[in-house]
Amino acid sequence: MASILAVDDSASMRKMVTFTLKGAGYEVEEAVDGVDALAKAQAKRFDCIVTDVNMPNKDGITLIRELRSLPDYKYIPMLMLTTESSAEKKQAGKAAGATGWIVKPFDPDQLLKTLNKVLG
Amino acid sequence: MSIDMSQFHQVFFEECFEGLESMESGLLNLDTGAIDSEVINTIFRGAHSIKGGSGTFGFTDVADFTHIMETLLDEMRDGRRQVTQPAIDVLLGSVDCLRTMLTSIQAEESVDSAAVEKYKTALEIELTGSASEPSTTTPTAATQPAHDNAETVVVVADEDMVEEKGWKIGFCPYLDLLKTGNDPVRMFRELAELGEYSVSVNTNDIPPFSKLDPEECNLSWALEVIGDIPESEIREIFNWVEGDCELDIQSFTKKTAKPASEAKITEPEAPPPVQEIEQPKPAPIAAKAVDSPSAPKPQAAQADNDPSKASAKSAASNSIRVDTTKIDTLINMVGEVVITQSMLSLIGENFTMDKLAQLKRGLAQLERHIRDMQQSVMNIRMVPISFVFSRFPRLVHDISTKLGKKIELKLVGESTEVDKAVVELISDPLVHLIRNSLDHGIEMPAERIAAGKPETGTIELNAYHRGGHIVIEIIDNGRGLNKAKLIAKAVEKGLLDENAVLGDKQAFELIFMPGFSTAESITDISGRGVGMDVVRRNIQSLGGNIEIISELGKGTTISIHLPLTLAIIDGQSVAVGDEIYIVPLVSIKESINITESMLNKIAGKGETYRLRNLYIPIIRMHEIFNVQPTDKANTGEGVIVVVERQGVLCGLFVDELLGPQQVVVKSLETNYRRVQGVSGATILGDGSVALILDIPGLVRYSNR
Repeated sequence: MASILAVDDSASMRKMVTFTLKGAGYEVEEAVDGVDALAKAQAKRFDCIVTDVNMPNKDGITLIRELRSLPDYKYIPMLMLTTESSAEKKQAGKAAGATGWIVKPFDPDQLLKTLNKVLG
Repeated sequence: MSIDMSQFHQVFFEECFEGLESMESGLLNLDTGAIDSEVINTIFRGAHSIKGGSGTFGFTDVADFTHIMETLLDEMRDGRRQVTQPAIDVLLGSVDCLRTMLTSIQAEESVDSAAVEKYKTALEIELTGSASEPSTTTPTAATQPAHDNAETVVVVADEDMVEEKGWKIGFCPYLDLLKTGNDPVRMFRELAELGEYSVSVNTNDIPPFSKLDPEECNLSWALEVIGDIPESEIREIFNWVEGDCELDIQSFTKKTAKPASEAKITEPEAPPPVQEIEQPKPAPIAAKAVDSPSAPKPQAAQADNDPSKASAKSAASNSIRVDTTKIDTLINMVGEVVITQSMLSLIGENFTMDKLAQLKRGLAQLERHIRDMQQSVMNIRMVPISFVFSRFPRLVHDISTKLGKKIELKLVGESTEVDKAVVELISDPLVHLIRNSLDHGIEMPAERIAAGKPETGTIELNAYHRGGHIVIEIIDNGRGLNKAKLIAKAVEKGLLDENAVLGDKQAFELIFMPGFSTAESITDISGRGVGMDVVRRNIQSLGGNIEIISELGKGTTISIHLPLTLAIIDGQSVAVGDEIYIVPLVSIKESINITESMLNKIAGKGETYRLRNLYIPIIRMHEIFNVQPTDKANTGEGVIVVVERQGVLCGLFVDELLGPQQVVVKSLETNYRRVQGVSGATILGDGSVALILDIPGLVRYSNR
């Protein structure tokens, strides 16, 4: 089953995402910010990255940009979780190499549906 | 798949309260004038996380409210908006309002919507300065259904015509499309789910093999989907690749003999998911309006789970956050103890006397490990004093604004650790003391300038460890205590005899008397005269004490001494007659073997002992505790245990020293009643009870 790295500085969101994905049979690891996520992604290759945008230490967009430059993550789907539905934010994410986004608030079903879009 | 979201609520609430705290401290930092973009960012992140979480977990009121805050903060962050004092005040108020909201929601009480509306309006007024965005939900909420209706009308019209609708899509990705992790095949698969679909690929653009770059996408496709599908659904599939491809979406209609009923079935289901997931052209406000249809679902889930939520709620107040390194240390300790224990039981299995040395060594090791473990366990209960201190910047800000004074608060030693129980109990007394300093201590700016002082007064909160105690000092550079005024007031209130002559210290002590207040008028901040005596009583009940040093015109320092923990102390056991007493080790300076003849009697003042150049008062323990002296005491030999309390020395005359040991403090008050000179009791190794001496009380007694 696909392995997913869930990145969010908010513990409740992280738990919710992890719980949902694990429930659907995915293998999930958590990271608390971009720095943590980068280290974890380098230690192990994930099949998909789901990251929050606004985080301390390293934000999601920077994370995506840095991951995308790694050979292992050239084609890996990376999704941003964002409350900012403004076009600029999405453009910034896309320019960094994000595959797509999920707009908060979302419910577990939406999350799974969206993931289904990039995995499988 | 339905998931019970309420299981995440507890974490969510904790996180929110933490977020609010960091927002508050961030806002207060901005308050001092320095506009630091990192600070604004932190505040923004706080609001942002709360908004994201509350939306997801179904607290739409909170999400709506934070959305406005977030918008305001976002503009500040991007430099589109000036950070002004009124804006900060509104935001601070909103933080409070949000905290109240969350507390009510957590307690499953109804939210005070009037207060929420008030702050919402205030925030909106702040926002309208920019006029960049309509900030109420109403207009958008109104437009949204209208839009839906329009769509439905079209669909209905189509239905009547019994025509088949479809979409022709030209999809020509740019070369880099794959590098964003998007995969055309997956998008086509989604399209296939919407209706009958066909695809043809154009391979004309593929370069010769020698020039082929496998990382590039050289293909383009023409797709056709047949079915009554709203354009937004088609657009949504290509949403993520917009800008990475040339996309041409066109609708067509074909007349076929399809039954009309099919359209009817798909239509009512189709639109809602589209709106919940994504708007074709999303604006922040649109996303918010979309929240509302999805809201009732999570809320219902929440209501279903009352019992679990209630239990989680009661657990919250008793929970404690512990650094994982502390836990790791503890687990290590436990491992050590287990090893030692198995070693001991090995010795015990075939015990012979020649193994005695080994056994003793093992027991010594066990003792050391258990002591370490005890230390680690106590450490878990230790939290930094910043838990209390962190609320004071806000308090000082609010009160100084109200009073029109200029005050700077300095926090020193915030990371000093103290038992959680002490932290919880010290909070209220500290609030009271700081209010007093703000209200009575610091003068009005004009008065300060007249006195040749800087216009801005300072209050310093200082915490540090000394001995087995934590000392908390509240230092202000205000007007100081006026001894003459204090005495006059005490006489007027009938608390003091007119002819009494008091030293500085005794005069300052007057403010701790019940019913004493010197404020000319009672403000809502302080001056009701119920404060200081309660403060002192609370501190004393924690086993601490409070003292005041003040200089007229220069300022006041209030120091509070508190034990680090209330549960275990290092003690020295001493024998008095047949009784054993425990003297807390921290208060012992030294012990001296003496004979009675070395004591000096002073008429009417008891006895003193000359300790080098100092005469210290002596308390004969068997006299004050009414213990039958042993023969040894009758011979006039004994030990003086010199104890100290804040620089004041006193000698306890006991029969002999028995040895140091750690004792678990049991309260006498809860098991018996308060006894003068005794602070508690403990159970010794042999099961008998020993009393723990109240050194501060004894020192006070000896100096009387």
